[in-house]
Amino acid sequence: MITIVFYILSAITLGTAFLTILSKNPIHSAIYLVLCFFSIAGHYLMFNAQFLAIVHIIVYSGAIMILMLFTIMLMNLNKEDERHKPILSRIAAVVSFCLVAFVLLATFIKAQPAIREYKVSGQDYQSIQVLGKVLLNDYMVPFEFASVLLLVSMIGAVLLSKKEHINS
Amino acid sequence: MENILQEIGIDNYIYLATLLFCIGIFGVLYRRNAIVMFMSIEIMLNAVNLLLVAFSTYHQDAAGQVFVFFSMAVAAAEVAVGLAILVAVFRNHNGIDIDNLKNLKG
Amino acid sequence: METNLALLLLFAPFAGFLINIFFGKKISRTLSGTLGTIAVAVSFAVTVFFFLQVSSTKVPVMVDLFQWLTLQNFSVNFSFQLDQLSLLWLMFVTGIGTLIHVYSISYMHDDENINKFFAYLNLFIFFMITLVMGSNLLIMFIGWEGVGLCSYLLIGFWYKNQEYNDAAKKAFIMNRIGDLGFLIGIFILGYLFHTVEFTGMKSMIDNKWPINESLLGVAMLCLFIGACGKSAQIPLYTWLPDAMAGPTPVSALIHAATMVTAGIFMITRLNFLFNLTPDVLEIIAIVGAVTSLVAASIGLVQNDIKKVLAYSTVSQLGLMFLALGLGAYEVAVFHVITHAFFKACLFLGSGSVIHALHGEQDMRNMGGLRKVMKITFITFLISTLAISGLPPLSGFFSKDEILLTAFHHNKPLWVIGSIASIMTAFYMFRLIYLTFYKDFRGTEEQKHHLHESPSLITFPLIVLAILAFFGGAISLPGMSWLNEYLAPVMAKPAVHEHLGTTEYILMSIAVAGALLGIGLAYNKYISKNEVPPQDSEITGIAGVLYNKYYVDEIYTAIIVKPIYAIGSFFKNVTEVAISAFIFGLGKVAVLLGNEGKTIQNGSIGFYLLFFVLGVCSIIGYIFLVK
Repeated sequence: MITIVFYILSAITLGTAFLTILSKNPIHSAIYLVLCFFSIAGHYLMFNAQFLAIVHIIVYSGAIMILMLFTIMLMNLNKEDERHKPILSRIAAVVSFCLVAFVLLATFIKAQPAIREYKVSGQDYQSIQVLGKVLLNDYMVPFEFASVLLLVSMIGAVLLSKKEHINS
Repeated sequence: MENILQEIGIDNYIYLATLLFCIGIFGVLYRRNAIVMFMSIEIMLNAVNLLLVAFSTYHQDAAGQVFVFFSMAVAAAEVAVGLAILVAVFRNHNGIDIDNLKNLKG
Repeated sequence: METNLALLLLFAPFAGFLINIFFGKKISRTLSGTLGTIAVAVSFAVTVFFFLQVSSTKVPVMVDLFQWLTLQNFSVNFSFQLDQLSLLWLMFVTGIGTLIHVYSISYMHDDENINKFFAYLNLFIFFMITLVMGSNLLIMFIGWEGVGLCSYLLIGFWYKNQEYNDAAKKAFIMNRIGDLGFLIGIFILGYLFHTVEFTGMKSMIDNKWPINESLLGVAMLCLFIGACGKSAQIPLYTWLPDAMAGPTPVSALIHAATMVTAGIFMITRLNFLFNLTPDVLEIIAIVGAVTSLVAASIGLVQNDIKKVLAYSTVSQLGLMFLALGLGAYEVAVFHVITHAFFKACLFLGSGSVIHALHGEQDMRNMGGLRKVMKITFITFLISTLAISGLPPLSGFFSKDEILLTAFHHNKPLWVIGSIASIMTAFYMFRLIYLTFYKDFRGTEEQKHHLHESPSLITFPLIVLAILAFFGGAISLPGMSWLNEYLAPVMAKPAVHEHLGTTEYILMSIAVAGALLGIGLAYNKYISKNEVPPQDSEITGIAGVLYNKYYVDEIYTAIIVKPIYAIGSFFKNVTEVAISAFIFGLGKVAVLLGNEGKTIQNGSIGFYLLFFVLGVCSIIGYIFLVK
């Protein structure tokens, strides 16, 4: 049963990812991407990583995609009929896609991970309490740095998109 | 709770994440529209996050999920700044076709 | 204490050089000249002191300064050796040097670069002292090169005239050719003996150290080539007549008394080595005799007063080499000393004449000067009698010993030497008749200004004339002070000439020959009142002699022109090719850059594609290939 859920979720993920790239309308691409994110959140839930799933939905679907949609609407790309890349570039894209897939899969197959018995330690290692403790005890410094990073990016984004005033 | 990997096995997750990553690369190289390129980059980042969580379960360690946490934070910051740059570019070129950004041609 | 005195001897002239070079322009001309003279006089005083000391104790003074070069089994020290031979040389070098410095104060008084002149003269004395005092071949070579340099500087002293510069260059280059031979000789000797110290080599010879005789012969021949360059023997003699372009004190000091005797000094120093290679000694004797004859023949028809004296110098040097080649080193040294006296006197006298005539050097425009310049005339006459070999002047004794030695060893060389001596008497008296006798043939302007030279010029003339007159006393046949003095330095003891009938006959033949030469000259220039013709009228044998057997032209055609051709070949062909190649490399680099520029086409998609391909290849290489 779990296996079937996994396959369905995987199919949704891969399908919506493909459709994101191949659709002409950017708004459609955005919607497909939101669906992709939701399916990945489902994957997280299957891992019993509840906190991460919720945060994933909030951050990605709720913030990042909204941002992208706003930008698309700002640039009025609804009916964008973008010219395709030259045929050579598209063939090169497909080729590189196959190549990267081949290289990575070959690496994994060659590595032949020694798959041991999947252990169940029984103890709770990923509930919100434990995660919070680990985050704020062992990884305190990166946590603070992440907040600084977000502050800096906010300032940067505001600065970059200010309209220039031409002094007449 | 039972380890889901006992049911499914880690190699399936590896294949899923790899495929998703390659789809992201394909998207970056295939499209001309800068917004869709950004979305493809988000797909790539998500593939990596998925794999990290899978291995966190594999090792029964919370460190993988913490890493995902930070990865999401970075992704958010990157999107913010990237879109701001795109808006600035849009104002100058009145379109976001990346093939028009050839000023650094040597 | 002795070391300090020796260093004072060596460095006093150098100090004079430094003072005159740096401060000479700021002090008056007379003071500049006086300082230079005092520097050399100090050296002379110290030399006298050492001379008296070494004469009495017979122990040479060694001054060891420091170890200069040390190789695996070969080391060279910077040390000086004051033995009988070097002190003898130093005596007349510094003595005549002082006199010529005094002379120059007055002679060069009108020249604005007088400080440079005295600086160079002092530098020359310094290098000559180094040459003579060195205790090994390398120190001698330093001095050897240094005197060559000073000769160049002094010949080209009036540098604004391009001909003088060419003459200076010629002197230096010919010297250099000789120096190459000298260097090769030093290298071979260093290889054979593992040392170049004179005392070291001598002790090895005395202890019968086994040496390769043929290699030693080659080394001595190379050293003789060096001596040829410095002492103007065939084939490296053509620079000496051209060197007369320098001021007359320079000709007197360098090209008569000191520098040109360096070759003879070197051969005398190494007499113990030359005695082991009799073949080389034969070559030296033959070269010396032939040079003597050829130079004398050229001197018969020259019209420039200094050129006659220059060819006379070459001829007399040839006689000295003849003596060296016959193994009679003391005789050669004797002739060096007497020649220094009378030749310096002759040159200084000619300088006095030139000074009085304001630069006129052509004898055809002189004449009758004996009424106006009495002191110059008398000293000139004494020196001319000395060089012609009339008793009891010094020249007679020294020249006669050479001819006696030649007769006993090698009769043909005696004949050549005698003919050269007869020619010497002829042209020297030709010179004196044309210059001092009969009537003045110059312009009225010059005749008006004729006067005897000031005392600073005539005083050295008088001193040198006295020495030329009485100088023969140092080595009279039968009781030679010089032979006894030099005995510790010579490997073979001097041959005691037994004064028998043969010797007296030979002496009278020599005197008769000299008188014959004088008589012929008198007949031609006094009785028949002949004056040498103008340049355009000289033809036939006299023309060949006048043009110096066209040797200079032959050298130019055989040596100089091919070298110029090689040079222009390298300039026009090789350099063009090399620079084209180098610029071609540059062009290739630019081409590659231009072609490589196309990769940067500014397209982001293009960059991203290669980004991805690069990542693939790296991952593939690390994980799949390895």
